[in-house]
Amino acid sequence: MTSFDVMFYVIAAITLFSAGVMVFSKNIIYNAMGLLFAFFGVAGIYVMLGADFLAATQLLIYVGGILVLLLFGVMLSQRITGLEMRTDTLQILPAAIVCGGVAAILLWMIWKTPWPKADIGPPEPTTRNIGTLFMTDYLIPFEIVSVLLLAALVGAAFIGRRNAQ
Amino acid sequence: MMQVGLTHFLVLGAILFVLGLLAVITKRNAVTVLMGVELIINAANINFIAFARYLDKDIDGQMFGVFVIVVAAAGAAVALAIVLNIYQRMRSVNLDEADSLAG
Repeated sequence: MTSFDVMFYVIAAITLFSAGVMVFSKNIIYNAMGLLFAFFGVAGIYVMLGADFLAATQLLIYVGGILVLLLFGVMLSQRITGLEMRTDTLQILPAAIVCGGVAAILLWMIWKTPWPKADIGPPEPTTRNIGTLFMTDYLIPFEIVSVLLLAALVGAAFIGRRNAQ
Repeated sequence: MMQVGLTHFLVLGAILFVLGLLAVITKRNAVTVLMGVELIINAANINFIAFARYLDKDIDGQMFGVFVIVVAAAGAAVALAIVLNIYQRMRSVNLDEADSLAG
């Protein structure tokens, strides 16, 4: 086992355990904390895959943005003073059947597919290439996503304000 | 135990996806359902980047990863605005109680 392997197993264990806490805990604050560490673990996985820019983006946007947004949602939609911080679960049996089936199919396909054996080199810095591609090959998607973000921002502010008529 | 390769990352992504799906199906609270959706998006992104690293040898998969993160952020913002609006009207974010559109 190389140090790469050890790192992978450690990070994967952290990610899966946190995701498990997020899914199986009944306390909504524990859900959010589990999601926080799952996001950190996924950022570590990105680093192991040589995606340094994406790992930084993951930390900035998911941990700094989406998670804070979700915590706002928790705080504004629960009666903090009461004991309403629990979240119930529904439909345990059908969900277990569906999820078990999906997991079996996915793992079976991953196992059966003959992936080509790749000799990958050491990871290289990607930020410069990503910036160049954004301004050349991916200019149209970049602009479309910019407009989408603006529309989502305006829409969220409009929907979320108090006494929206 | 074999050397860590593409398969390991794909298996990790698959397990994360299933956990997210489980949260989406079983949770009663709308905010936790959104958390499950974020987990699913992260699992898909791991697959994009693992394929970009091991099969494509190019950076296109990472570009898609950036776009996925941006669209996820936009979606989370709008969805939370809707959830807060539901809470203002019904004083609850439980999905099985928000059924006034059901026939």
